[in-house]
Amino acid sequence: MAPDDVFRQILDPAARADPYPLYAELRETPVFRREDGTWVVSTYREIVELLHDPRISSDRRNLAHRPEGDMGEGMGGVSFITTDPPEHDRLRRLTVRHFGPPHSPGVVEALRPEMLAITTELVDGLAGKTRADLVDEVAYPLPVTVICRLLGVPREDEPRFHAWADAVVESLGPGEEDRAEREQARAEAVSKLQTYLADLAVARRDAPGDDLLSGLVTYEGPEGRMSPVEVIATSALLLIAGHETTVNLITNGMLTLLRHPELLKRLRAEPDLIVTTVEELLRYEPPVHFLSSRVALADIPIAGTTIPAGAPVVLVLASGSRDPAHVSHPDTFDPDRRYSEHLGFGGGIHYCFGAALARLEGQIVLQQLVNRLVNPRLVEDPPPYRPSATLRGPRHLLVDFDAVNPAAP
Amino acid sequence: MRVVIDLTRCQGYGQCAYLAPEVFTMHGDEAVAYDPEPDDAQREHVLRAAAACPVQALHVDRNTMRHWTAPVRRLGDGSGGIVRDGHIVIVGGSLAGGRAAGVLRREGFTGRLTVIGEETHEPYDRPPLSKQILTRRVPAEHARLPRLREVEAEWVPGNPATGLDLAAKSVRLADGREVTFDRVLIATGTRARPWPHEAEAALEGVHVLRTLEDATGLREALAAGPDRVLVIGGGFTGSEVASACRELGLPVTLVERGPAPLVGALGGVIGRIAGDIQREHGVDLRCGVTVTSLEGDAGRLRRARLSDGSTVEAQVAVVALGAVRNVEWLRGSGLAAGPWGVACDAGCRAVDVNGLVTDDVFVAGDIARFPHPVFHYQFMALEHWGNAVAQAEVAAHNMVSDQAHRWPHLSLPVFWSSQFGVNIKSVGVPTLADQLVVTQGSVAERRFVAVYGYKGRITAAVTFDQAIWLEFYQRLIERAAPFPPDFRHVDMRRDSGPVPAEVPERALAGEGATVVVTGHDPAERSASLLYGEP
Repeated sequence: MAPDDVFRQILDPAARADPYPLYAELRETPVFRREDGTWVVSTYREIVELLHDPRISSDRRNLAHRPEGDMGEGMGGVSFITTDPPEHDRLRRLTVRHFGPPHSPGVVEALRPEMLAITTELVDGLAGKTRADLVDEVAYPLPVTVICRLLGVPREDEPRFHAWADAVVESLGPGEEDRAEREQARAEAVSKLQTYLADLAVARRDAPGDDLLSGLVTYEGPEGRMSPVEVIATSALLLIAGHETTVNLITNGMLTLLRHPELLKRLRAEPDLIVTTVEELLRYEPPVHFLSSRVALADIPIAGTTIPAGAPVVLVLASGSRDPAHVSHPDTFDPDRRYSEHLGFGGGIHYCFGAALARLEGQIVLQQLVNRLVNPRLVEDPPPYRPSATLRGPRHLLVDFDAVNPAAP
Repeated sequence: MRVVIDLTRCQGYGQCAYLAPEVFTMHGDEAVAYDPEPDDAQREHVLRAAAACPVQALHVDRNTMRHWTAPVRRLGDGSGGIVRDGHIVIVGGSLAGGRAAGVLRREGFTGRLTVIGEETHEPYDRPPLSKQILTRRVPAEHARLPRLREVEAEWVPGNPATGLDLAAKSVRLADGREVTFDRVLIATGTRARPWPHEAEAALEGVHVLRTLEDATGLREALAAGPDRVLVIGGGFTGSEVASACRELGLPVTLVERGPAPLVGALGGVIGRIAGDIQREHGVDLRCGVTVTSLEGDAGRLRRARLSDGSTVEAQVAVVALGAVRNVEWLRGSGLAAGPWGVACDAGCRAVDVNGLVTDDVFVAGDIARFPHPVFHYQFMALEHWGNAVAQAEVAAHNMVSDQAHRWPHLSLPVFWSSQFGVNIKSVGVPTLADQLVVTQGSVAERRFVAVYGYKGRITAAVTFDQAIWLEFYQRLIERAAPFPPDFRHVDMRRDSGPVPAEVPERALAGEGATVVVTGHDPAERSASLLYGEP
């Protein structure tokens, strides 16, 4: 099959449950040009090279041909995910200042007790039942609650932005042909989200708390401060990204573990194993399958071909992490791998901002589900998937179980 | 538990500092400092950090090696060309020697393995000695490297080698013992160059920094709160010591013979930037002068006299004038060993005084002087952590492989230094350059990439807090890409074109020994070394 046809199949929702054989076909042509002019990169080495290549831009305004209606603003305005250095670096530094090292090294670790408590409460909620949808009842509420606490969004407002965030995420993805339509749908959701966040930002400026949003609106350093527009774009990005990715990590994770019963047993006996299990999940069933908004700034010779300046570039992260030239037995789920490098969080300067948070959430919630659900079984395999090929994960994950163990003291 | 970060690989993602903030701390954007021997209570956190490292540069508990990405392909008779038996002796038990021991076992060597070390304690990691150990963030004894417990080897500590007999294939030890070998690896490294005036060097308060004992002594001297510290020499060690002193709040004067710090490694343009950073952090930096004498009072250092006639009152002086290679024990061995190191081929096989390659003697680490194809086959000796590791792996592999399966040591030199909250990294050979250009970032912001060129080709790149881009430039060097780079890229703020790199004239370490060639017929011509007085 021609690589472009393979790629079309990958985008087809019918392939959502198991795109991996198609990725293997894709890798036979590590770098190729789609009919619409997009360049697709699917092998590990080439993806890593491009993630660290300063000739690759994340700013779609650098496209030679921009589809009509493409505002190039990604998720809710200009934030560090859609900009290049030096803008990117400045915005990311101003944000990380309130979230991680060097200035706030303990923030993520300090959230651990709260994550644990939220998880316990959610799993407690399954007691008395014998069937649950882990997406709606555990995997979705946990990250939403955590990101709300972190940012300082009142929890009672959560249902309002749930819908906006969903609309934004479903509009993401590779392909240029229907991009204008998708941009349109996104614009509406984004503007509502922005209005909401603008009000919240004003409230935090007047009465700051110890949350991230308060940090963004009040901090002023040698590099100046974030403009109100930047604050809104950044917090929108964090809300959406913090929302729609971890849910996939958790549900893909539980799905994978339920398909490997021997591993469920081991995880109950070896608590440390959850750490490398989550790492292997990020390689084997990652929440984010594509990075699709990159642009070549110059002609880039790679893998025997040349990506021309101005061309859109799609990096198929999920394929790269299963590249047999990089990892042995790539289609085996093996948490005992050592020195496993993967593309689960991307790489280079746009490496996932919330990686540490996602890892901890994944470890905590999967550990509890494994320890507390008695005799868990999948109700349907494969489960129904959400339509997005980019942020790939089950829409529902129905699980039967005999009982729910009490939380460990 | 013991931890070591391969900072050659580290790109400053900081994930370890998120997940184990008590053990790993970021200084500035990307320099990471850590406790190499954290408390066992931190175990869970450290394991999380190690698993999360995006480039898998964090090693816990053992002296492990990364697997090669592609499986090693072996051709031939099925034995894989591996030498399995016999006796291998490694002289030198530090980073290169220890790493080689591990690789030998991994490669399937099942024979007898002996490691001879000069020092009495377990192998330790040197980079922390000039950083987190001086600033007392971690105790000195925490610098020990992860244990070699996987490696079955006989350790002979505290008993340095004093001679090598190529004909008898034996190593002579200080206690008179002779240890015979089938193959030997020379990895005796370097020691600090002492202050040349012996009586002055003996003054209390005069330090060098190379070993764990040096670091412990200096740390105590700094903790006593001297009125001023004098650092003699503005190379990486001297600059890092000055940085540690400033972090401790101590007044410090740094005296550098050249026009700026780091000039010897990075040239004048980048050296001046490093000098500006030092001054911004309160270092009293004196360039273009030398210390002519150290003066004491009742056996204690009081002041230094400088070549410009000035004096510096200081109670502590750190002599950071580079390193001397530990080659004395090889005198008369017939190897091409001298102040330049021990010459070897790109496969780490030692070269004898005639320039002939030996079969059973290998060299790795700071002491090895090898030809690098990428840099015009110039012989170079690299005193870098990453080189010690990479070269030890190649040497160990070649020691147990036949000719058809040997590897060349072709990795590009990479080194790093963290000072004043800035992470400096370099790939290639910055001193092989006629020009440089800042391609990405801004010198004023102290975050930039400088690319070095020589005769129209890229030969090196140096990053200040921009390490994430280093591998891209490494590939450009490997492909001999044209200089200056002519493509469009992110963060282009080029306000000036290429400028002269101002690298020092290449100084040959020729003093101390002279090569003399004798004989007329090809069969009788030979080279020999004449040693002057040290």
